[in-house]
Amino acid sequence: MTSNSKIIMINGPVVKADDMAAFKMREMVMVGNKKLIGEVIALDGAVGTIQVYEETEGLKVNEPVLPTGKPLSLKLGPGLMGNMFDGIERPLHKIEEISKGFIGEGIGLISLDEEKSWQVEITVKMGDSLKPGDIYARVQETDIIEHRLMVPPSVTGEVVHVVPNGAYTIETALVQLKGQKGKRTDLKMYQEWPIRLPRPVNERKMLTQPLVTGQRVLDIFFPLAKGGTAAIPGGFGTGKTMTQHQLAKWSDADIIVYIGCGERGNEMTDVLEVFPSLIDPKTEKPLMERTILIANTSNMPVAAREASVYTGITLAEYYRDMGYHVAIMADSTSRWAEALREISGRLEEMPAEEGYPAYLPSRLAEFYERAGYVETLNCQEASVTIIGAVSPAGGDFSEPVTENTKRFVNAFLALDKKLAYARHYPAINWLNSYSGYIKVLGPWYTENISSDVLELRNEMLQILYEENKLSDIVALVGEDVLPDDQRLVLEIAKVIKIGYLQQNAFHKDDTYVPLPKQHLMLEMIKFLYEKSAEAVHMGIPISKVKNVELYNKVMKMKYTIPNDDLTGIGRLMTEIESYYNGLIASYQ
Amino acid sequence: MNKEYLRLDKIEGPLIFLSGIEGASYGEIIKIKVDDGTERYGKIIRLEKEAVIAQVFEGTSGLSTKNVRVKFTGKPFELALSTEILGRTFNGVGRAIDAGGEIFSNELYNINGRPINPVARQYPRDYIQTGISTIDTLATLIRGQKLPVFSGNGLPHNELAAQIVRQAKLSGDKNERFAVVFAAIGVKHDDAAFFRKSFEAAGALDNVVMYINLADDPIVERISTPRCALTAAEYLAFVCGYHILVVMTDITSYCEALREISSAREEVPSRKGYPGYLYSDLAALYERAGMMKEVEGSITYLPILTMPNDDISHPIPDLTGYITEGQIVLSRELFQDNIYPPVNVLPSLSRLMKDGIGEGYTVKEHPDVANQLFASYSKVQDIRALAQIIGESDLSPVDQAYMAFGRAFEGDFVKQHGNENRSIKKSLEIAWQLLSMLPKEELDRLDDEIIAEFYGK
Repeated sequence: MTSNSKIIMINGPVVKADDMAAFKMREMVMVGNKKLIGEVIALDGAVGTIQVYEETEGLKVNEPVLPTGKPLSLKLGPGLMGNMFDGIERPLHKIEEISKGFIGEGIGLISLDEEKSWQVEITVKMGDSLKPGDIYARVQETDIIEHRLMVPPSVTGEVVHVVPNGAYTIETALVQLKGQKGKRTDLKMYQEWPIRLPRPVNERKMLTQPLVTGQRVLDIFFPLAKGGTAAIPGGFGTGKTMTQHQLAKWSDADIIVYIGCGERGNEMTDVLEVFPSLIDPKTEKPLMERTILIANTSNMPVAAREASVYTGITLAEYYRDMGYHVAIMADSTSRWAEALREISGRLEEMPAEEGYPAYLPSRLAEFYERAGYVETLNCQEASVTIIGAVSPAGGDFSEPVTENTKRFVNAFLALDKKLAYARHYPAINWLNSYSGYIKVLGPWYTENISSDVLELRNEMLQILYEENKLSDIVALVGEDVLPDDQRLVLEIAKVIKIGYLQQNAFHKDDTYVPLPKQHLMLEMIKFLYEKSAEAVHMGIPISKVKNVELYNKVMKMKYTIPNDDLTGIGRLMTEIESYYNGLIASYQ
Repeated sequence: MNKEYLRLDKIEGPLIFLSGIEGASYGEIIKIKVDDGTERYGKIIRLEKEAVIAQVFEGTSGLSTKNVRVKFTGKPFELALSTEILGRTFNGVGRAIDAGGEIFSNELYNINGRPINPVARQYPRDYIQTGISTIDTLATLIRGQKLPVFSGNGLPHNELAAQIVRQAKLSGDKNERFAVVFAAIGVKHDDAAFFRKSFEAAGALDNVVMYINLADDPIVERISTPRCALTAAEYLAFVCGYHILVVMTDITSYCEALREISSAREEVPSRKGYPGYLYSDLAALYERAGMMKEVEGSITYLPILTMPNDDISHPIPDLTGYITEGQIVLSRELFQDNIYPPVNVLPSLSRLMKDGIGEGYTVKEHPDVANQLFASYSKVQDIRALAQIIGESDLSPVDQAYMAFGRAFEGDFVKQHGNENRSIKKSLEIAWQLLSMLPKEELDRLDDEIIAEFYGK
């Protein structure tokens, strides 16, 4: 395509050019002699505004702007899994080959590896009639993930040409379809999809299944649902990234898309180094084989940060359409919101709260609404779960990003500075966190764990709430003046906090705890509470009731009882029972 | 591009406005000859058709719209670097201000640098012993880390930074080359002199490069000072293979300069009048620390910032904390109790320590002991609050033990002499003495085996 468009203004990542009447909104363009990648974000008469995804230093007025004719899109095909990309799906390993060590400009739009050949198994034959979403071939992308090649959403037709099974590169036409008006479409190993457009599904379904994470405070107290949304807000140093990493490592989604949005370079390096060595408990293969990483570190161009969350969610939807359960971690959505603010400021738009643009809430809503449990076009059940970290300025949850995010997510896992200072990890505050999924997940818990687990959860939460009230009194007058039954509440709350809510991500057993153990541990704490309460009601002093050794054993059961052998719980319960029976008998 | 432009349209604060310009490029450096014979430099920060807005590094005072000749260099801000810079002192735009003359070199580096590709980074794991108990034990400094010191006006952050420079240099370096890059941004004359003197006292002056922008130097130079310093650090680390410690003070002055220029440009402000891009801008500095694969050197980065009104939620410390890998927070309360270094360990944190301590790095029990110290000292805070109301003598025996633990923690562990270089072993020994003051069952973060091995010994 030709164009006479020339740059007329440059201000950081925002560039204006004239003669752009033929350009479309959201079209991808090449800016300047270096062919920097940009996107049209406003058109006013012949003058267009472009946000540029690369450093604009050195750009001159009157350099050309070239159209590409299509919106900013991703190539979706084999080669995504286990790879790390920048905010616009350029593989960072490839960039490293081109521009050693540091990320240069003008690398151009590269994405999937075009030279690698994949072993393809064709699943259709001549004469088959295919509709959008139908699978026409399979590729074993990694040891864990089978990549299912699907007919793109706008294409239907009859198979008129098909290649035999074999090894092909992604540019090879595998299948040719003949449409209604005789239009022929080649199906290659990839399809393209614009990042800002949600991919279509047959229908959205109710959420009924939890996203099991192996983290006690989540699975039991504030569960997440497959297809649901969650926000993890917390000031710096409260462990947002750590929590996100734990979820990426251990949640039972089939595929993880991890977006490092405006975060630290070393954190992404850490993921790159650690994930290949971690073993997925379900498949016993390295976790990296089911993970896609998107990295726009805080010093990479800000416009690409804005695009990175859309890139991530589009990849997630693509794998969802194959029938997988995908979880997407965005760390952190605040950086994305700040990227919006930064670009909005450069556009000299009228700011709303704290300088954020007025469209912040609608952008957040659009993003979180792309989560869901769906029936795909090929009639499979699949889901996208979104877990977004929020980094509130000053740790203040009333700032615009946290406030608006709260409106669009159903689970809110508030990280607490005070808990983090005491190194209580995960520092999820049980008083102001919530999960809207308790009710819909009830049947699943009853069926798969036990009927009393949610009741148990509520009882334990009551103890924690009561402890919170009592602790105000304790802070004023000391613990000693409380009656024994209230002191027992404090002691049990301590057991719950240390023995249950705190979970050690660096301990080989404690980093991931299967649900049955989570449930039995809670049963055990309740049992200890009931037995102790019984003794307290007999008038036995708390100093006797609180057997330090037993209480310590309960608090340390997370370490001492292995995940795959829960018989120790029964033994410990017997020990508790015999101690209290003896104690009560001696007072009768 | 040898055209000279003889007229400015407008001068406003540090900015000059020109029109009728052809072929200027964004970010390019301009030379401004003033009719008094001096020469200044500026950088283009906005281009619109033939109009240019540039910021002048040396400030605009003395400029008129007519007494200047402006020349466009066609180049971004580049610094000439060679290993000759070691032992030298430069101003905020990289020009020598000592007696040694300019640096001549063909190796030119853009001071904005480029982002390090995350796949090219090497995850930092080697720990640096600073000889300061609180840092080594509880917020361990790792080679390649960016760890800021959050301080307040009048607190001894300079002394602490100087002590780290002095002591960190000596630990475990075999034949590795070590150098310090020091950047002073808008600091007082005596602060700059203090650092110079302490480098001298450590006998390290030959291995120090200094970039100095004093409090009365031009504002715009504050923007380029840290960039020059980090470009020099990158050169020494990633080209020459040095292990570099970058000490930078005071980031608060940097941010204020940024705010001043932003407001002169009439940009939409965000929190407290700071520009909306403060986060990205700070990140562009902090993220230049690190280590890279297949490259010998490293950049460890210790920026110092004074929290306005000691407020950790102020945008500067807040955004910094989100980018850096932890922070060392100084406390006015401890300082008033005559405790040096007044490190408040509870909000202090090193995000990289988890991978750089423990077996094979420091000692096996280090992570657990650190956790226990945090948990116990955090409990001391609650008990102190209680003791203020009911009096210490009415506390339960366990709580009284905590009170004693708290005092000893501050007096024996946190407090140390400005020249005292404690080994990690020594620091942990003190830690065990303190933990042994508490009843065993209070040590809920430690395994029984570890308690059996060290408790009371």
